[in-house]
Amino acid sequence: MAMKYLKSTAFYVLVVFIVVQALFPFYYAIITSFKSGSHIFEITYLPNDFSLQNYKDVLFKGNGTFIRNFWNSIVIATSTVVLSLFIAVTASYALSRVRFRGRSLMLMTILAVSMFPQIAVLAGLFELIKGLGIYNTPYALIFAYTIFTLPFTVWVLTTFMRDLPIEIEEAAIVDGATPWVIIRRVFLPLMWPALVTTGLLAFIAAWNEFLFALTFTSSMDTRTVPVGISMLSGNSEHEIPWGMIMAASVIVTLPLIALVLIFQRKIISGLTAGGVKG
Amino acid sequence: MAATQVLSKDTSVPMKNELLAGRTRAAMIFLLPMMLALAIVAGWPLLRSIWFSFTDASLVHLYEAKFVGFKNYLNWIDLPSGKRVYTGVLVDKGWWNAVWNTLRFGTVSVVLETIFGLAVALVLNAEFKGRGIVRAAILVPWAIPTVVSAKMWAWMLNDQLGIVNDMLQRLGIITEKIAWAADANYSMAAVLMVDIWKTTPFMALLILAGLQMVPKDVYEAAEIDGVHPVKVFFKVTLPLIKPALMVAVIFRLMDAMRIFDLIYVLTPNSSQTKTMSVISRENLFDFDKFAYGSAESTLLFVFLLIMVTAYIKFAKVNLDGSTQ
Repeated sequence: MAMKYLKSTAFYVLVVFIVVQALFPFYYAIITSFKSGSHIFEITYLPNDFSLQNYKDVLFKGNGTFIRNFWNSIVIATSTVVLSLFIAVTASYALSRVRFRGRSLMLMTILAVSMFPQIAVLAGLFELIKGLGIYNTPYALIFAYTIFTLPFTVWVLTTFMRDLPIEIEEAAIVDGATPWVIIRRVFLPLMWPALVTTGLLAFIAAWNEFLFALTFTSSMDTRTVPVGISMLSGNSEHEIPWGMIMAASVIVTLPLIALVLIFQRKIISGLTAGGVKG
Repeated sequence: MAATQVLSKDTSVPMKNELLAGRTRAAMIFLLPMMLALAIVAGWPLLRSIWFSFTDASLVHLYEAKFVGFKNYLNWIDLPSGKRVYTGVLVDKGWWNAVWNTLRFGTVSVVLETIFGLAVALVLNAEFKGRGIVRAAILVPWAIPTVVSAKMWAWMLNDQLGIVNDMLQRLGIITEKIAWAADANYSMAAVLMVDIWKTTPFMALLILAGLQMVPKDVYEAAEIDGVHPVKVFFKVTLPLIKPALMVAVIFRLMDAMRIFDLIYVLTPNSSQTKTMSVISRENLFDFDKFAYGSAESTLLFVFLLIMVTAYIKFAKVNLDGSTQ
């Protein structure tokens, strides 16, 4: 009996440890973001200040650059997702419901592209983006992000559609419906949950991307939020504005955490189906 | 009847020939936009990057690039004294240092993330009060953008003001404050710490999916037979989740080998953490050695290609999740 008690106590200690280590850095960023003035130099485990100064500084100092960056991130991530889903729906129908030669080779290629090291295409993409005249515009990033959002959405939607029973399509085929009508009338209504999940995961990936955003934009007002945060600097070179950086981090992360908690179950199923990168 | 059964393994509908031909034609049209998009955004840039690695391209003279053969990879000059001097990526100490850093980072992070991920997955697979909260909590590190987590940890790992040093001092583990990100002896540890914190949840969720496929009665049978839980884990659970584990490991490994943003933000000046992606981008855009950087990125690509092929062959992984 004592042994059993000890065991369940040890188990709960482990559980508490897992939760605390997962949440502590974000908790610490939040309490730091509320510290102003000299409070920032005191190491505290509990909040000791509730100033909004850092948030005001991030949002309104520097001519609204941060707000501009935030808006860029929203526009770029949303456009990338919409574009990818649009192309992916028909492609994954073909890959999951129609048998043709070279299908598994194509699936493997798509998977290979999604595991691609981004650096391997960086030089060529840079040339292409310069050549298209879209360097330092949002189009450059929407274009470049397709390289990881498209294979991912195709892959997950293909696994989803493959698991749907044959019967739902049979009746439509017997009635002589064309594949395009089948996609629109039969599959799309069933696919909303899968589209939301995939779209959400692709959105997070695009929102967090750094290497392309760093390379294909060059001015303050075309940057996305991750690049903006990495370049936040103080009045002098040696004075890092930690309070402001933490406030910016909280602003950028809160929407994601809200989304993740709301769509928790869907995200987990999507993640395990697609093996998306972290 | 038999034919229908074979086909129904697959979800394509069995049908007459002319109908099938029409469907296949439609499928090709449906695939066209995706194939075009991938060719433009992935295929072409990859080929161009490889091409640049065989030229003398520089950032300003991108379009006047001339073919120079393997010179960026390996080249030599015979000095009048009769001495032969080798140049190129393949004899570049900085490059090999980056290769070594990448391998070290990749191996250590993936091994530790697998072990911790397995532990977290086993916890989540047990039934207890508050399981939902734990599952939600571990999604938080995963959702935080890498750049943001690098900044958050840079602050926590700050030498004078950082809370990590404070904790370790209070616990009596260290006596003097450590400059985690700046000190060459600790920068790799700092990077590993952040990466493991951020990516273990992903591992845990993938392994958990595998664990949930294990039928419950397997455990019940083992319990009735009085088999020790540790033995059950190694003899029953682990072999059963091995396929899921293998897929999770290869995904993580591919991701770890191309790491860029965490290192770029957390330890920008440390030669101890400079990886293949970081050094390649540095040459491409910061040092104006475009062709040289392309050669490095091409080597990384070839290296990962060999690694993933060997892994799939060696471990017999079936990446599309179907049974063998």
